[in-house]
This record gives sequence, C-alpha cells and structure tokens, in this order.
Amino acid sequence: MDFLSEHQPELLPGNRQLPPTQGVVEAPHGTTIVAVSFPGGVVLAGDRRATMGNIIAQRDIEKVFPADEYSAVGIAGTAGLAVEMVKLFQLELEHFEKVEGVQLSLEGKANRLSTMIRSNLGMAMQGLAVVPLFAGYDLDRAKGRIFSYDVTGGRSEEHGYAATGSGSIFARGAMKKLFRDDLTEDEATTLVVQALYDAADDDSATGGPDVARRIYPIVTVITEDGYRRLTEDESSRIARSVLERRLEQPDGPRAALL
Amino acid sequence: MSTPFYVSPQQAMADRAEYARKGIARGRSLVVLQYADGIVFVGENPSRALHKFSEIYDRIGFAAAGKYNEYENLRIGGVRYADLRGYTYDRGDVTARGLANVYAQTLGTIFSSAGEKPYEVELVVAEVGETPEGDQIYRLPHDGSIVDEHGSVAVGGNAELISSYLDQRHQDGMTLSEALKLAVQALSRESNGSQREIPAERLEVAVLDRTRPQKRKFKRITGGQLSRLLAEGTTTQTESESAEGPEEE
Repeated sequence: MDFLSEHQPELLPGNRQLPPTQGVVEAPHGTTIVAVSFPGGVVLAGDRRATMGNIIAQRDIEKVFPADEYSAVGIAGTAGLAVEMVKLFQLELEHFEKVEGVQLSLEGKANRLSTMIRSNLGMAMQGLAVVPLFAGYDLDRAKGRIFSYDVTGGRSEEHGYAATGSGSIFARGAMKKLFRDDLTEDEATTLVVQALYDAADDDSATGGPDVARRIYPIVTVITEDGYRRLTEDESSRIARSVLERRLEQPDGPRAALL
Repeated sequence: MSTPFYVSPQQAMADRAEYARKGIARGRSLVVLQYADGIVFVGENPSRALHKFSEIYDRIGFAAAGKYNEYENLRIGGVRYADLRGYTYDRGDVTARGLANVYAQTLGTIFSSAGEKPYEVELVVAEVGETPEGDQIYRLPHDGSIVDEHGSVAVGGNAELISSYLDQRHQDGMTLSEALKLAVQALSRESNGSQREIPAERLEVAVLDRTRPQKRKFKRITGGQLSRLLAEGTTTQTESESAEGPEEE
C-alpha cells in the first residue's frame, strides 16, 4: 500500500477527490453480515441482497470474501467501494506474506483493515460508508476471533457473535437468544442462517433464502485448516431445513423463558 | 590532470562478465525441473531463513543463485511488479514472460551501466501451466539475456556439469519423487567427478503444483514430507512400474 501510494496513488480508494454533491448518492448497498465463533473456529455469513434506495439492485451479490488462508471479511455498505477495499486488503495481506515470508498476525490484519476504513471517511460522510466484519482463526491463540468496525475505522473485538449492516439489529437479537459457548461447527452454521432469516424477516433490505431462484446465504467457516466456503449443496441444505421448521414455527426456535 | 587509460568496450564488458560469473560460481548451484504435476525447485541451502526459492504470484516461482542481497532485491521488485499488475488488471494477466522481461531489462541496464558493478546473480523464473505443455521456464543470466528452457535447468557454481547430467537423464512425465531424486543426484556431483552426500536437512525444495486446489500453486516441501519423497525414490527404482498413481503428500 505504501508502494502504491508512492507510485500509483490514483489506485488507492482514499485518494480520490469527490465533487460536492447534493443529497445522497444512489449506489447499491450491501446489507447484513453475521459472525459466530465456536470452540474450533469461527463462522462468517452474509445474505445475498444489494439495495439501492427502495429497489433491490442485485439478488445474488456476494459479500463474504476470503482475506487470506486464515481470515475472511464480510462487507456491508456501498458495494462498489467495499469490494474494492476487500481487493486491496487481500492484496496487502498476500504481498506482506510473500515479501516477509510469514503471515501477518490476526491483530495486524484487523488493524490494517481499520486504517483502510478510516481512509474512506470522506466518502462515508457523503453516504458511501463501508462497514465490514472481519473474522479469522488466530493461529497463536488457537481460536476463532471476530472484529467489528464503525465508519470511522474504530475497531472492537467481539466475543461470541457479531453482526453488521441494516439487518444487524434483528440478527443480533436472534443470535443473542440462540448462542451458546459450546456450539459445534454444524450448529454454528445453522445459527448464522437462522439469524439471517430473522434479519430478512424484519428488515426489507436483507434478503432471505430464495428457494425459487436457488439463492442461499453465503456461509464460510474458518478453522485450523483454513478458510472454507460451504458449497451450494451444503448451504441450501441448511437453509431448507431452517425454512422447513419455520413453516411450523414462523418466528423460529424459542429460547427458554428463564 | 592525468588522462584515464583507454579500455576498449569489448574488454570492459568481458571484464564485467568475468566478475559476475565468478561471483555466481562461488554460490551453491540449484536446479529447476519439470515433473508430471508441475515444476520442482531443488537446491542446497544450509540456511532456513534465507530462501533461494520463493513465490512471486499464483503460478509463478522464482529461483536465484549468487549474491543474496542482490537477488532478494530483485525478488521483492518482482513481487511488487506482479501484485501491482494483478491489482490493476486481473490475476490472469500476470505472466512469467512479462516478469522475465522486466528482470532482463533491469539486469541488462545494471550490467551495461558504467557507474554500477554488475549484479552477481543468475535467476530462473518459472510458471506452471494447466498442462505440462503450458509450463514455462526462463533462465536469466547476469547480463540481461533471457534463455527459454525446457525440461530442466541448472544455475550457479557447477551449472554446466549439472545441466549436462540432467539433460541426459531427465524425462517428461516424471513423478515428483523421481524428479527430486534426480535433482539431488545431479547436485551432489563435484567438478572433479566425485560424489558427495547432501543430507535432507540441507536441501531447500519447493514446488509449483498444478493440482493444488488453491489459486496459489507455490508450496515449500520440508521435514517429513521431504524425507518421505526422497525415501520413496530409492524403493521405486526396483518397482518403477508400480510406482504410478498418487504418491505425493
């Protein structure tokens, strides 16, 4: 990134001058991302909808990306800027790894992402914010970790579960009731799909599982073995089983009262 | 003011080439070979920290003999070139040919500029293709020329001896363990005709493996995996017919 800013600064997202605009710039926005940690790692998932105002801009957008072998980033906010930010982030991690011969620490990766979000602050003030969720497996501490951000680049580590994007309040509510410390990987992947379903239930900008078009949430798992994205079959199976239970219980599983 | 001696350009270039060649010959040699599933890099390197081989990009690997600080500089330059290309255009637009050209330009400029001493390095840039026919190996000597190689290539001290040994014995479609064994045999030959033993701990081995599911095909082979592959080579000599099939990992 330092090399880029010296040699071709126009390639960096933060270095653009924006013309003064009136009102909000209309551009596709990505919506809900959720993450849950479990004893062997962490799960990061996102719905597939992008909206532009009250219009659904894209039904099958992908908002969860591998950052490197042991981490992934999910993006909410202006889709175009976010995708570019992720591309640059991936490049930086890979570049560091090749030049130095070792991977950045998970903490280092999280800090780097924080700086990149901060450099987008000017755009964020004009309504083009990017707010990612970063999750990875920390090889030194041997556990999955989740980091959430705000528009100014403020970073905070989340314990257990986290969500970002317009449907995040509903998703967080669902996860709060369903989360336990001893989830298995299968339970954790089901939990994130439940949370996304609840977000889609109450937030118009979040898309639920689209059975007719076969568009299901993107679910990724990061463990000691590295990053893995669930195949279409696996995520459709989880989404269908959640859907089936919801036909009987539209509000989803009930937590105990006391 | 004293008049400088006249030195003919031919003489000046010959002197510089001689200087660079001597510098390269002081280092240990390394070999790069094609095998059925990709390209293998083998060299003798007592250091665990200073690598002779490294990853440049998805399908591109780099090997260098000579002076460490000089080729490390070129390696980082190559990684930057490749990453910048891939970011600006697409990952598929980064090719070994483009990279080799950049290296040739750099080495050539340094070699013929009177102000600098020539680099004492010899590089190999290799790219693994979808099929063995798509593999590309380029050798870049100190003076900035490019040699397109096939099958096997050796650079460094005993390069001529080793490459003639490899040329006679290398075949297309060798397994990884066969290629590795051949490389070690070639490296252990001395210029006076004798053989010496290179223990597995002193070997640096890396592959560009086209069967790897990841985008990045470069992988180092160390420790248990390396000694297993070397041991497998000795048993397959007697039963080379049955050695086909999955043997790696």
